[in-house]
Amino acid sequence: MADTVDNAIADPEATQPFAELGLKPDEYQRIRDILGRRPTSSELAMYSVMWSEHCSYKSSKVHLRQFGEKAPKTDALLVGIGENAGVVDIGDGWAVTFKVESHNHPSYVEPYQGAATGVGGIVRDIMSMGARPIAVMDPLRFGPLDAADTKRVLPGIVAGIGGYGNCLGLPNIGGEVVFDPSYAGNPLVNALCVGAMRHEDIHLASAKGVGNLVILYGARTGGDGIGGVSVLASETFSDGGPTKRPSVQVGDPFMEKLLIEATLDVLGAGLVEGIQDLGGAGISCATSELASNGDGGMHVWLDRVLLRDRSLSPEEILMSESQERMCAVVTPAKLEEFLAKCAKWDVEAVVIGEVNDSGRLTVDWHGERIVDVPPRSVAHDGPVYQRPLHRPSWQDALQADTPDDLLRPVDGEQLRATALNLIGAPNLASKAWITDQYDRYVQGNTILAQPEDAGMVRVDEQTGLGVAVSCDCNGRFAKLDPYTGAQLALAESYRNVSASGAIPLAVTNCLNFGSPEDPEVMWQFAEAVRGLADGCLELGIPVTGGNVSFYNQTGTTAILPTPVVGVLAVIDDVDRRTPISWGPDGELIYLLGDTRDEFAGSEWAHHVHGHLGGMPPRVDLARERLLSEIMIAGSRDGMLTAAHDISDGGLMITLSEMAMHSGIGARCWLPDDIDPFVQLFAESAGRAVVVVPRSEELRFTEMCAARGLPAHRIGVVDSELGADAGYPGQQVLQISDLFTVTIDELRAAHTATLPAILNA
Amino acid sequence: MSPRIGVVTFPGTLDDGDAARAVRFAGGEPVALWHGDADLKSVDAVILPGGFSYGDYLRCGAISRFAPVMTPVITAAGAGMPVLGICNGFQILCESHLLPGALTRNQSMHFICRDQRLRIENTSTAWTNGFAHGQEIVIPLKNGEGNFNADTATLDELEAEGRVIARYVDVNPNGSQRDIAGITNARGNVVGLMPHPEHAIEDLTGPSLDGLVFFSSVLNALVGA
Repeated sequence: MADTVDNAIADPEATQPFAELGLKPDEYQRIRDILGRRPTSSELAMYSVMWSEHCSYKSSKVHLRQFGEKAPKTDALLVGIGENAGVVDIGDGWAVTFKVESHNHPSYVEPYQGAATGVGGIVRDIMSMGARPIAVMDPLRFGPLDAADTKRVLPGIVAGIGGYGNCLGLPNIGGEVVFDPSYAGNPLVNALCVGAMRHEDIHLASAKGVGNLVILYGARTGGDGIGGVSVLASETFSDGGPTKRPSVQVGDPFMEKLLIEATLDVLGAGLVEGIQDLGGAGISCATSELASNGDGGMHVWLDRVLLRDRSLSPEEILMSESQERMCAVVTPAKLEEFLAKCAKWDVEAVVIGEVNDSGRLTVDWHGERIVDVPPRSVAHDGPVYQRPLHRPSWQDALQADTPDDLLRPVDGEQLRATALNLIGAPNLASKAWITDQYDRYVQGNTILAQPEDAGMVRVDEQTGLGVAVSCDCNGRFAKLDPYTGAQLALAESYRNVSASGAIPLAVTNCLNFGSPEDPEVMWQFAEAVRGLADGCLELGIPVTGGNVSFYNQTGTTAILPTPVVGVLAVIDDVDRRTPISWGPDGELIYLLGDTRDEFAGSEWAHHVHGHLGGMPPRVDLARERLLSEIMIAGSRDGMLTAAHDISDGGLMITLSEMAMHSGIGARCWLPDDIDPFVQLFAESAGRAVVVVPRSEELRFTEMCAARGLPAHRIGVVDSELGADAGYPGQQVLQISDLFTVTIDELRAAHTATLPAILNA
Repeated sequence: MSPRIGVVTFPGTLDDGDAARAVRFAGGEPVALWHGDADLKSVDAVILPGGFSYGDYLRCGAISRFAPVMTPVITAAGAGMPVLGICNGFQILCESHLLPGALTRNQSMHFICRDQRLRIENTSTAWTNGFAHGQEIVIPLKNGEGNFNADTATLDELEAEGRVIARYVDVNPNGSQRDIAGITNARGNVVGLMPHPEHAIEDLTGPSLDGLVFFSSVLNALVGA
């Protein structure tokens, strides 16, 4: 027997397992106050899952407000923060939506399904705005490459992303793969999706129009993922991790592909008034959010939901996180056409509810009322916590432990060895072992993909209009100083899209942190959010949405604070994109920006010395903006044949990647006024390498001089250099009179690392 | 009037848009064909594009082979109509017994996406007549189950009759026997190819323009016929 509203009134003091469902006593009392009685078990299920950290952002809300309060003025934003995903105007009547979300804990428990359903979830988010998904990318973080558990989780996560994403027909155009001991018991799987639509096709998650019908379509509802949100995402792992396996959802990418096509079909035919994806919290979330955003009332006949497992209780149906489901609000007149479109794609659909003006969300189960709540109280008026925060006791000591005394390479031979060591370091080595498992070609619009600075896809084949996306974060910088670290992540992502020639427009983020109940972690979070909000304001690009993932820790040890920042940019003609490979002999290599002795948090300090301490590189966002404008102008006016941002590993890694990617050598010389080691390996921000044809040199350098951007000519592309340098027949990179390295040597070191461990 | 080339969409097909674009770039008229309709809409040739039709459930191509559209495709292929199966389309052609052999899980057990070098070894088919014999090309390869297998007698027969149309060069990416990337039927009108020519038709998006020749070849064959 279902627990009905009548029961709740008749038996007001029945004991309820609110604590087991993750609710605190005062939260439970608040539910009772809202309803004026005890909740039914179905209501309790709904509130518990919707008021979980994952769904309600109760610990982060007070900080995330800054993204709205500090938002720069922009005309580009068509739909702002708060919807499923923000929507950005890219011109010509086109709009783009993008968002990144975490699926960290499920991916630790069951790597393949956890990662796969992470992709599926973000794709449905994008669809629910009315957009066709056009690309995905995946920022990933693992423990040390050679750790035993990395070998368990990494292949499964990569196979899951590939297995699901490849089957949907979405090109995977980049992402990140970072290894650090702090992620050993808590890998990060963040999934980003980009979608495109015409302005008039933008849809919102709202149930408007009394009498309109609420349709649940897609996969049937089963017992998978019940409580996944509240149990998995809101608790730290203890030793009993695998016992939670039943809570992880199982994905069916074929069903999702049909769901995409059916959804685009019904949206394209104008059959939909409002639309919402089903992800965390399933039907509870979809119905309460649709009702809360709409005319205020909805009635649901829960027994109409098509089930995979007929033994499910109403509470379980409300909480189930079965994948590949969507909810649409449709007028009665268009119902038949909607159902026909679904049938065409072999997608099951059923009317489960109706919009009304009652101001209540009511749910019946075989004729009995089991839910009667104000929808806003479930969806939007969850608890808000001002968690205590405290600057970590160890922060000062960490910042005082500078890398200044670490042993540095002093001569050409040692610099050469350092270059070959770093190019093969797990964090800098080729990620082809991973990215070759993803389809980057499908849809035929991929202009740039990993290992380019940014992924770029064409949106309009007629005009060449396209978008570029990059996502970045150095968690070591964020640990040294979360405010600066978040701004450095933003700066790098902004720089990456700019290097490709695209104009930055908007920001999304995935904020991965430890437990919000730890005041020191909460301080890291608050600082990172403040840094990111201030940075976005200064760069003039708004945050359009994002995701917070807390409780990423093993025992009491939190992960590196990891605010992954994604930047979306637009390019009016993809034909003018700037790749990272340089062109033919004689083209000139320029270093833009200033290099300082900055090694704290660098890949060199990490990989060579296992050191983390000091203050991260200085941030100068005005300089980042100038660098961006110069690179975009250079691309637009045909002054650049290549560009590549300088970040992890420094200038030497940037030059090596350009040489390896183009297969052509270069002669480089370093400015005399700076120590060669610092010049080659420091990770100062605000820098890039650009390649200029001789015919454009004067125009380009005059532009840099006029705008006040330091530009040093540091090399020339030279395919004939090998013979002179003692490597006949080989392509080489020659660094002043310090050392020469062949591209084959670099490539061998670069490509050997991941296969050596992962194929073993 | 330019030849009409049908491109079939099954549930889970992914590269139908790309195949249609390639036909258009080559100068043909792409015609969308639906898996559920036993109707070829008077097309002159048919492409079964890549993807994961029916989610690769049961066996790649095993369910699609029974789709209503396949009945007229099999009949037309028997009558000499040019048919190209790319990747999942190749798998469907094998399941339909229009081509011999089977495509099994890659030897590495991983899905693999790479720019692949091939050598064209038969230039007399409807889909390869625009190449020079022995010409090496680079087009994308992306598959999880592209490992071509057949018994020795079948392989020997394919070799003896010159029915291996393309072979992997440098790297055998999936473990295919005798480095086979594509084969044809005895008549030379039905071709199955594991790599993806439709992704190599534009400088901006592909590693080369080599893929376009497959599509211009069939237009030559049809106009000449």
